[in-house]
Amino acid sequence: MISKILTDTAQTRSAKNPETKKSGDPVTQELKPAAINSFSAAEKDKTKVKIKLSEDKAHKILEICASYNNDPGELINVLHETQGEFGYLPAEVQEVVAQGLGVSTAQVYGVVTFYSYFTMIPKGRFPISICTGTACYVRGAEKVLEEFKRELNIGVGETTEDGKFSINCLRCVGACGLAPVVLVGEKVYGRVSPESVKTILANYEEK
Amino acid sequence: METIKLTIDNKIVEVEKGTTVLNAAKQIGIDIPTLCHFELCDMGIENKPGGCRVCVVEIDGRRNLAPSCATEATEGMVVQTHSIRVMNARRTITKLIISDHPFDCLVCAKSGSCELQALATKFGIREIPYQGEKSTYRKDTSPSIIRDVDKCIMCRRCEMMCNEVQTVGALSAVNRGFKAVVAPAFEMDLEKSPCTYCGQCVSVCPTGALTEVDHTISVIRALSDKTKTVVVQTAPAVRAALGEEFGLEPGTSVTGKMVSALRRLGFKYVFDTDFAADLTIMEEGTELLQRLKKHLSGDSDVKLPILTSCCPGWVNFFEHNFPDLLDVPSTAKSPQQMFGAIAKSYFAEKIGVKREDMVVVSVMPCLAKKYECQRDEFKVNGNPDVDFSLSTRELAAFIKQANIDFMDLPDEDFDNPMGESTGAGVIFGNTGGVIEAACRTAYELHTGKKLEKVEFEVLRGMDGIRSATIDFDGLPLNIGIAHGLANARKLLDDVRAGISKYHAIEIMACPGGCIGGGGQPFHHGHSEILKKRAEALYAEDAGKPIRKSHENPFIIQLYDEYLDRPCGHRSHELLHTAYFDKSQEVVIE
Repeated sequence: MISKILTDTAQTRSAKNPETKKSGDPVTQELKPAAINSFSAAEKDKTKVKIKLSEDKAHKILEICASYNNDPGELINVLHETQGEFGYLPAEVQEVVAQGLGVSTAQVYGVVTFYSYFTMIPKGRFPISICTGTACYVRGAEKVLEEFKRELNIGVGETTEDGKFSINCLRCVGACGLAPVVLVGEKVYGRVSPESVKTILANYEEK
Repeated sequence: METIKLTIDNKIVEVEKGTTVLNAAKQIGIDIPTLCHFELCDMGIENKPGGCRVCVVEIDGRRNLAPSCATEATEGMVVQTHSIRVMNARRTITKLIISDHPFDCLVCAKSGSCELQALATKFGIREIPYQGEKSTYRKDTSPSIIRDVDKCIMCRRCEMMCNEVQTVGALSAVNRGFKAVVAPAFEMDLEKSPCTYCGQCVSVCPTGALTEVDHTISVIRALSDKTKTVVVQTAPAVRAALGEEFGLEPGTSVTGKMVSALRRLGFKYVFDTDFAADLTIMEEGTELLQRLKKHLSGDSDVKLPILTSCCPGWVNFFEHNFPDLLDVPSTAKSPQQMFGAIAKSYFAEKIGVKREDMVVVSVMPCLAKKYECQRDEFKVNGNPDVDFSLSTRELAAFIKQANIDFMDLPDEDFDNPMGESTGAGVIFGNTGGVIEAACRTAYELHTGKKLEKVEFEVLRGMDGIRSATIDFDGLPLNIGIAHGLANARKLLDDVRAGISKYHAIEIMACPGGCIGGGGQPFHHGHSEILKKRAEALYAEDAGKPIRKSHENPFIIQLYDEYLDRPCGHRSHELLHTAYFDKSQEVVIE
C-alpha cells in the first residue's frame, strides 16, 4: 500500500468527522451496486485513522527496509537503523516499517517496547547518558543519575519539555578508569560527582 | 514412517519420530495438564511457546524438568509425568501464575470454563503464599470483545490466532517482564485496531482475559417490556453446538429443543436465520448470475470473482486490508441483517407492530455479529435492524439461568413465515456451505434445468483452501473456498494481482466456518468437535424436504407480496449494503 501512497502524494485527503463515514444509505446505491464497478472506482472513505509523515522520511524508511530485502526477520536491524536515522521511533515511523516489511504494526510495537534500546520519545538536543555499569555504579553513578533527574526534573528515558536534554542509562563505555562516567552527546565526562552535575549542565546553557 | 520407542510412566509407547512428549503420553491415555499449549490438530493450528511450564515432566538423565509440549520424544527416553517432584513443581508454577491474577472468580465471565481455575482445582490449591505487586491494566471494551488483561497469563494463544491463523495482526505481546501484556499497536483500543472481531482470540483464551460483550441483560430487559414485540432468529451453526453446553455429544442437533427453550424464555416469535440464508442465496445467487452474464458477454467493467459477504469478520477484514477491492464482494447483506431488515419492515407491517416497538434478537455462533448489528448503515433513524446479538454460549447460560430443563424439552417448530427454511439455508454454518447453497439455486436459475443431485461433495471438507469446478450445463464455474482469514488473504492477494482463476469465492473467517465461530461453546482444541458439528448440519440438510433456497414457499411468498424480484428495487433498499475503507494508512505530506 505504501508504494501506492508515495505515487499519489498529490492527492489531498480531508479528514471528515467519523460520524459521517458510515453513511452507506443503500437507497443511493440503488441499481448500481458498487460491486459491478471497476476496482479503481472504489471511492476512498476519508475518515480512517491517519498518520502524517513527510515524503522524505517515508522514503528513507522504505529504503532501509529495502536494504534488508524487506525481510520480516530483519525487523530488529531495520528498527536499529531507522532509530539511528531519526533518533527515535514514533508511531508513524513504526507504521511505515510495518508496511515496508509486511508485518503487523502491533508486532513492530511489540519489538520496540521489548528492547530498552528502542525509544518512542525523541532524545534531547544534548542527550545525557549515565553509565550504570558495575564500575561506575560502585563509584556512585546512582547518585549522579539521581542528581541529573532532580536537576532536570525528568526520569530515565524522558526528555525535558524544551527538548534540550534527555536522560538515558547505559552499561559501560569502556572508560572504567574514569568512573563514574557521563556522556553528553559525544563528549565524555569522567569522575563525575553529584556536585559537578550543575557545572556540566551549565556548559550547555547559552548554546 | 520412522518411529521411536520411549517409556512414559512405566509404559512403553511407540510413536512417530518428531512427536512431543505431551502427545506421546496422550496416545496411551496419559493426560499431562497444560495451560499455554493449544492445538487444533489436523488444522495446522498450534501454540506451544513453552512459557507456562505447567506441563513439565521428569526425564531420566536430565537435571531440570522439561516442558512436555515443547520437548520431542526420543528413542529410549524414560519419562515420569506425575512424580512427586513434578506435582510439586506444577503446584508452585500454578501458584505463581495465580499470584499475579485477580481473585474475582465469583464474578468472572469465564468462571466454570476457565482453564487456570480448573488447574487450581485439580492441584488442590487453597492458598497463594506469594504476596506482592499485581500487574494492572485498563479494561478495553469494543463492540464485540472485552480485553481484561489483568487476567492474562501470557499464553499467547490469542496472538497466535490473530497473527498466524487470521493474519489480522491486531494483537501482539508488548512491553517486557512484569509489564508485558498482549495488546494492539501503541496499546490503542481494540476498536481502533485492525481487529475484525472474529473472536478466535476469545475462543482460545484460557482465562477471562478475552471475553465477549454480553447482551443477555439487554435481552432480558426487552423481554420484560410489555410494549415490545421481541423476535428471535437463530443462526444455522447454533443448533449444531448448543447441545454441548448441556452435556450432549458434539454433533447432536438440538433445533427443536432450542426453539422450545426460546419460546419458554418469552420470545414472541421464534424465527430462523436459515430463512434469511435462503433469502441471501436468492440475492447473492442472482447477483452472481448477473455479473457472470455481463462478464461472459464481454463487459469489462464487471469484475469477477464475486465474493460472499455473509461473514462480518470477513467483511471487516477486507475493509481493513483490501480497501482497493471493495467492489469485489457481493453487496448482499449477511443473513442476520437481511433477517432484521425484513422483520422490521415486511413482518412488522404484517402483524401491525411499529418498527420502534419491535426488538429483534439474534443468536449467533459469532462475536463479529455483535459489531455488525451496531453498524450505522444497518439502522433506520437510529433504530437498528437487529437490536441485540447473543452468542451460542450466552443463550446456553440464559437457558440455565431460567431453570429450563433443556434435556426434557419437547421438539417444537419455528414460527412462520420467517421460520421456514430449506436444507440450503442450514448448511450456511459450514465452510463451503454458502457456496453449495448458492450453486443449488444458481444452477437451476441459470440452466433452467432441475438439479438432480443437490449435494456438491467437492465443495465440502476442512482443508483451508479448496477449489472445484462445477459444470453449469456446459459452463464451467470455478469455485474457491477459504476458511480462516490467512487462507482468505491468499485468495484475495491473487484477486488483487489479477491472477485469480475463480468466478466465485466463499470466505468464512473462522476455522471450519460458523460452526467454529468465536461465540460457540469452547472446543478446547478438539477439532473433531468441529467436524461433528459440520456433519450435524449436513445431516439436517439431508433430512429437509426442501433443499433449494428458491423453493422455500415463504421466500416465494415474500417476493410475491413484498420484494417483487431478487436484486430488484426494494431488495436493493433492504437487502444490499456498501463497504467502507477502514485501512490505516500513512499519509505523506
